[in-house]
This record gives sequence, structure tokens and C-alpha cells, in this order.
Amino acid sequence: MSVEYAAQILEGSHRAAARLISWLEDEDERAYECMRQLYPHTGRAYVIGITGSPGAGKSTLTNGLARVIRQSGLRVGIVAVDPSSPFTGGALLGDRVRMNDLADDPDIFIRSMATRGFLGGMAKAAADVVKVLDALGKDVILIETVGVGQDEVDIVDVADTTCVVLVPGLGDAIQSMKAGIMEIADVFVINKADHAGADMLNAEVCARIEMDAHLRKREWSAPVNKTVAVESVGLDEMWLSIESHRKYLLESGKFYDNRRERTSREALRMIHGELFRVVREQLEQSGRLDAAVEKLMAKKLDPYTLMRDTVTEWLSSSQCKRRHDEDTQS
Amino acid sequence: MAGKIKMIMAKPGLDGHDRGAKLLARVCAEAGMEVVYTGLRQTPEMIVAAAEQEDADVVGLSSLSGVHNYFFPKVVELMKQKGLNDVLLVGGGIIPEEDYDFLKKSGMNAIFGPGTPTTEIVDFIRTNVRKR
Ligand code: B12
Ligand SMILES: Nc1nc2c(ncn2[C@@H]2O[C@H](COP(=O)(O)OP(=O)(O)O)[C@@H](O)[C@H]2O)c(=O)[nH]1
Ligand SMILES: [Mg+2]
Repeated sequence: MSVEYAAQILEGSHRAAARLISWLEDEDERAYECMRQLYPHTGRAYVIGITGSPGAGKSTLTNGLARVIRQSGLRVGIVAVDPSSPFTGGALLGDRVRMNDLADDPDIFIRSMATRGFLGGMAKAAADVVKVLDALGKDVILIETVGVGQDEVDIVDVADTTCVVLVPGLGDAIQSMKAGIMEIADVFVINKADHAGADMLNAEVCARIEMDAHLRKREWSAPVNKTVAVESVGLDEMWLSIESHRKYLLESGKFYDNRRERTSREALRMIHGELFRVVREQLEQSGRLDAAVEKLMAKKLDPYTLMRDTVTEWLSSSQCKRRHDEDTQS
Repeated sequence: MAGKIKMIMAKPGLDGHDRGAKLLARVCAEAGMEVVYTGLRQTPEMIVAAAEQEDADVVGLSSLSGVHNYFFPKVVELMKQKGLNDVLLVGGGIIPEEDYDFLKKSGMNAIFGPGTPTTEIVDFIRTNVRKR
């Protein structure tokens, strides 16, 4: 059944893609066979991140940008992430409210996702969802992060171009500019340029970019765009900025370097996750974790020794070997 | 690893009565569901496209302006056309009781009027939603 889904997704089935995304969110085993089949068909789409503080206008901008992109005939996928409640595990996903004028375009696919406790401004499955939309045939994928503060910068692990959205009147701009989020911008967007203070913010951001250029030589200097998302003002210019960043990436070879780096990180992250899962399962089910914790509490054992012994033992254990043999045989 | 219940809360029609829909969206989120609120003035086509893309387990329709007898069956019909047959369809708002039968016959799973305790709605969804 999951094999059928892969074929359907490659033919453009929104429904099959939607179901696979749910499986990925649930970490349902059925997702992985499907993803194996899709993987060779990924890597084609261009991925754009839209990040910034809550209420900055990210959803409205995403909507407007998608419309601009559609004019050139490109198909668009949108992933919009909102936070889950740490108390109830539920989530109110409100980004679609701002994307209603995209709703009946069959070449647009919008998926709302909850963070489900994952930090960093993203949902855990977001990178996989990007692959699904890519295989589905979307040419450009827009990812709206949750409203972020300072160091939720996981978007750079997924996006080719990251747009940081700033708005006037959100307190001390210079203060917020110290934060990690300023470092990740490939394109700055000053939204709500209809509000007082936009010009001042613009000047501050430009000054900051200039200062950074003195501190560290950069090949790419992030352009600053002013937009009024609710009136679709400045969106063509924003798209041009993104396109020129893309051009820079391709011409400088950075595009390949970045994606290679990302692929490497992703592979390590996945191996890490699976190893941890297997070891943990074994420790918990055998009761050895409990026994070890008892000893830790009584200070008869220290966690540093436990860590080393566990890893050494795991690597030489028959179970680990058996898995290895199975893998090399198949 | 059981998945969360995913719900679309939509308000068809041209009026601005969104309190009930917003309230229900919050109540269901607080009950642990992931609720996509789509906002006002949704056409049946928009609602069904959202249900498909979001892989919704539940679609909630709120109507206070008297358009339920047109919009609700239309949503049901489009859902069927897309093959979204196992999605729970619930409605609410200002709906005269004499319309309940008609709406259920046309494929709505339940209708909840004003004053319904929200716990009753949450319980209904939990009991009747499809298993993934
Ligand atoms: C508040 C209100 C307004 C507010 C709306 C504010 C807002 N943002 O929602 C304002 C003042 C703007 C307003 C305006 C109008 N209103 Co008005 N309004 C009401 C009023 C008094 C209460 C509605 C409400 O918010 N209830 C509270 C919520 C929480 O309850 P609820 O929506 O019923 O939801 C409960 C259940 O129905 C159910 N439920 C609701 N939705 C859903 C969805 C799902 C999936 C589920 C499971 C359950 C569910 O669960 C909830 C909890 O129990 C009603 C009268 C009434 N007693 O209902 C009239 C009423 C709805 N309004 C009415 C009218 C006519 C108007 C106006 C046209 C008046 C005018 N001539 O200007 C305008 C239209 C404006 C516009 N552009 O749309 C009429 C509609 C008549 C009809 N059906 O034909 C009503 C019924 C009053 C009347 N008796 O005439 N209104
Ligand atoms: N005045 C003004 N309001 C805007 C602009 N862009 C968005 N908004 C409003 O700001 C609010 C938050 O927008 P939203 O896109 O949901 O922000 P998000 O939380 O960053 O996704 C909404 O009420 C929008 O209508 C703008 O350029 N100017
Ligand atoms: Mg948003």
C-alpha cells in the first residue's frame, strides 16, 4: 500500500502526499518504505524559509509570495508550522486563514504542521515533508516557521534561501539584532512598511549589515526589502531578491556545498536517532536501565562509566553483530 | 505512536459569525487535537481542498446564517467525489432542529446546536473518529 502511495505521489496525488505526511509526523513505520522510493526523486525543488517573530506577517507574506511565484507558472508547496501546546499536546494551526486566496489553486499544496514539542522553530518532520512535496512535483517550497525569538534557527537546515521578516515597533530593534536569527538571513524583509518606524528600522538593518561586512568578509550581502504584505506591496522585489540569492548560490558553487553539508548532517541525525532508539529500547525492556539508575542514585556507579560501558558492550554484543550480519547479507 | 486527531474547522457562508468556530477550535486544541482553523467565507471547494491536503480526520462546519442546508450537503458531496469517505463530518451553529434529519441523511455525522456542552462535542469526535 505504501508502495502505491509513492507512485501516486510521483503522479501528483495530493491525497497520497497528505497521508504520507501524516505518517511522517507520527513516525509511523509505513512512511519509510515510501520515502525510500521517493528519495531518488527529491532535490529538485527550491526551498525558501520564512522566519521571524510571531505576528510579523509571515503567513501573509507566504501567501503573497506564493501568488507571485505562481505567475511564472511554477508549482508551489507550503509548509506552515505552528506551536503545539506543551500542556495539552494539541495545537491551533492558524496560518491557513491568511492563505485563503491560494485555496482553490490545484498547483498549490499547503500543509499545516504542529511542532509536537520539537524546538528550533520547526516541526521534526519538516525536512521529510519538504521531500514529499518535492517528489509531488512542486518547484518551489515555502516553509513558514513558528514565530521565533532568537535562536530558533533550524530553518537553515532545510532552506536554500532564508528570509528573515522584521517589523517596526517591536521594541529595541538593535537588541533583537544581536540574536542568532539575524545571522541566518539571506534576505531581509521589513514587513508592515505602512507602519511608523519602517524607515528607521530599514536604516538600522542596513547599518548592521554594513558593520557585519567590516567584521567578516562575506560573498553575499543580504538585501533588505520593504513590504506591505496585506496590500501585496514589495512582493515582486522580495521574489527578485530571492532569485538573485539563488543565482549567487548556483554560480558560486555554494548551492552544492550547502546541500552536501545538509545531506551529511541529516544522515548523521537520522543514524543518531535510530541508534538511540534501538539502544534505549533494549536498555528499557531488559530492565537494565532501571538497575543502572538505582546504582546511579546510590552513587555506586557514575553515568560516565555507564555511558562508556554501555557503548562498548553494545558494539561487541551479539545483538549488534547479528544486525550487522543481516545488513551485509541483504 | 498513535497519531493526533487532525481537524479542520471551517465557516462556510458570507457572514462574520466566527465566535462558535473559534471557540470550538480552541476547545478541540485544548483536548489535544491539532486543529486547522481556515477562517471565514469558505467555499465548499476550499474546505474540501484543505481537508485533503491536511489529511484531516474531522471536518467541522459552523453556520449561523441559515446556509447550512445548502453548504453542508455540498461539502459532503465534494468529499465523496475526492474519495475522502472516512472523514468525520460535524456541524454546528444556528440550525433549526427540523433540519437535523435532512443534514444527517445527506451525510453529516452529527449536528450540535447552541448550548451544547463542548465536552459532548469532544467526546463525540473521540469516539467516532477513524483510526489511522
Ligand atoms: C454574537 C452575534 C453576532 C455578532 C458576531 C460576532 C462574531 N465575530 O461572531 C455580531 C454583532 C457581529 C452579529 C452580527 C449579525 N448577526 Co448575529 N448573532 C450573534 C448572536 C447573538 C450570538 C452568536 C454567538 O456568537 N454565539 C456564541 C457561540 C459560542 O455559539 P454558537 O456559534 O452557537 O456555537 C455553539 C454551538 O452552535 C456549536 N457550534 C457552533 N459552530 C460549530 C461548529 C462545529 C463543527 C460544532 C461541532 C459545533 C458548533 O457549539 C458552540 C458551543 O455550544 C446570535 C444569536 C444567538 N443566540 O445565537 C446572532 C445571530 C446569529 N445573528 C443574526 C443576524 C441576523 C446577524 C446580522 C445579519 C444582524 C444584522 N441585521 O446586522 C449581522 C450579520 C453580520 C455579518 N457580517 O455577518 C441571526 C441569524 C439569523 C439566521 N440564522 O437567519 C442570529 C441567530 C440572531 C437572531 N436570532 O436573529 N451577530
Ligand atoms: N498593517 C499591516 N498589517 C499586516 C501586514 N502584514 C500582515 N499584517 C497583519 O498582521 C497580522 C499577523 O499576520 P500573520 O501573517 O498572521 O503573521 P505571522 O504570525 O507572522 O504569520 C495579521 O492581522 C495581518 O493582517 C502589513 O504589511 N501591514
Ligand atoms: Mg503565521
